[in-house]
Amino acid sequence: MKNKSLSFWLFLTPTLVALALVVFIPVLEGLFYSFTDWDGLRFTKVVGFQNYITLFQDKAFINAFWFTVGFVIVTVILLNVIGLGLALLVTQKFKGSNFLRTVFFMPNMIGGLILGFIWQFIFTQGFQALGDALHVSWLQNWLTNETTGFWGLVIVTVWQMSGYIMIIYIAYLQNIPNEIIEAAKIDGASAWQRFTKITFPMIAPAFTVCMFLTLSNGFKIYDQNLSLTNGGPYNSTQMLAMDIVNTAYNSGNFALSEAKAIIFFIIVAAISLVQVAYNKKREEDL
Amino acid sequence: MDKKGKVTLGIFGALLGILWLFPFYLIVSNSFKTPKGIFASVLSLPHPSTSDNYVNSFKALNFIGSLTNSLIITVFSVLLIILASSMAAYALQRNHSKLSGGILMLFISAMLIPFQSVMIPLTANFGAVHFLNMWGLVIMYIGFDCSLSVFLYQGTLSGIPIAMDESAEIEGASRWQIFTKVIFPMLSPITVTVAILNIIAIWNDYLLPSLVLPQAQYTIPLQMFNFFGEYTKQWHLALAGITLSIIPVIIFYLFAQKWIIKGVTDGAVK
Repeated sequence: MKNKSLSFWLFLTPTLVALALVVFIPVLEGLFYSFTDWDGLRFTKVVGFQNYITLFQDKAFINAFWFTVGFVIVTVILLNVIGLGLALLVTQKFKGSNFLRTVFFMPNMIGGLILGFIWQFIFTQGFQALGDALHVSWLQNWLTNETTGFWGLVIVTVWQMSGYIMIIYIAYLQNIPNEIIEAAKIDGASAWQRFTKITFPMIAPAFTVCMFLTLSNGFKIYDQNLSLTNGGPYNSTQMLAMDIVNTAYNSGNFALSEAKAIIFFIIVAAISLVQVAYNKKREEDL
Repeated sequence: MDKKGKVTLGIFGALLGILWLFPFYLIVSNSFKTPKGIFASVLSLPHPSTSDNYVNSFKALNFIGSLTNSLIITVFSVLLIILASSMAAYALQRNHSKLSGGILMLFISAMLIPFQSVMIPLTANFGAVHFLNMWGLVIMYIGFDCSLSVFLYQGTLSGIPIAMDESAEIEGASRWQIFTKVIFPMLSPITVTVAILNIIAIWNDYLLPSLVLPQAQYTIPLQMFNFFGEYTKQWHLALAGITLSIIPVIIFYLFAQKWIIKGVTDGAVK
């Protein structure tokens, strides 16, 4: 199809129109409004970088930033270790390994909002009951302070996403030719050597994919945050996405919220791009 | 691996599986208890058991209504996403100019923009033209979700030889006929993937519909959020509501499991 042909443009029109209406026009408007005193309906003046200066002095935003960074570091490590572990487990052919695959992936089907409600019950009622029965104090009073709120969010995310990460690692594990493993066995390589010298390098592309997914997902989490802790107690477990939403819809600071959202965009995009570039380079070096 | 090793792995796997399923056990078993029963013992099986919680939460959730809304929104969005994105990918893949490369970059860059960066102007614009309803929402889903779908279709299309198009053209088929009669049927494996990924995302979405839909058009997650707010600390009702709302998803998963796992893998790996 040629650039000038009518059918080329007709085929593209529905998608391009939707994308412009829903993503590109709003993001440009948002960028502009972040430099004004916009109240969601109208603005009276352009204020330059005022909103950006305010947001770097905004305690809630800074707290949300560091809370999110901590959360992302912990979940990226746990999800990749557990996801790869589960993948290695279910690819060993033993009775029930296929059923286990189904089980581990199941939480991923349920939306973040409902997952948060499920675990709110487990943390506040289930953990409490278990803690009372066994006289273990660290199981008691979950979600009432920042530490248990943090680990609560980590547990929900790990329960939800490990199965997803597992599926991706399985896809790459199954691509490793059996002959290589067999040949290494004959040469006397131990199970650990086979893992570090063959399996690990051969699934390097899976790391790129999984790191990218877990990183960007971790930064964008909102639903679980809302339904599990709602940012509480005292906004101590509020993550970046929630801080942006609340700045707009609870405090009515629409221009400030837009400025935060632009910074958020820059963070998420930069991490994604740097990470993909870095992993591509490392894969080539291996 | 020797037999002993396999048995050990099997036992270890079974224990992990039980751990993974334990949250479901807690939710379902407690949803059949009276408030007193939950207070007495969270971990035990329901005794005595009651189904009143289900009758009450079914009504309070307006379950049939919200299920219908969720179905309408998901079905229409997914069908239109499939149509629009396969058409766009076809045009881009069969055009080897700098322009189509540029447009593809545009799609990819749209995937990097987080929802929070567009949500306020987006809802303001749609509100200004009185489109804050389920049809407006369908249009928004096309905009948000077509990028990944175009990307997936584009990859598969590059494996379909252009000779297919040319021979149909010689027989006098129009561009639209070539696409609908020859090309689109050959894309069905990736269409399943696109459908699965979008069904899961749209069915479970909360934030966007909460900003767009009027109360009469609430989907299951929205209804669930309201319901949960009303019945905080009334766990017996809340748990029955949670169980009801995950039943459709679990049924879908058990029936379409093979395609779901393939779809999710394709979506992440390609």
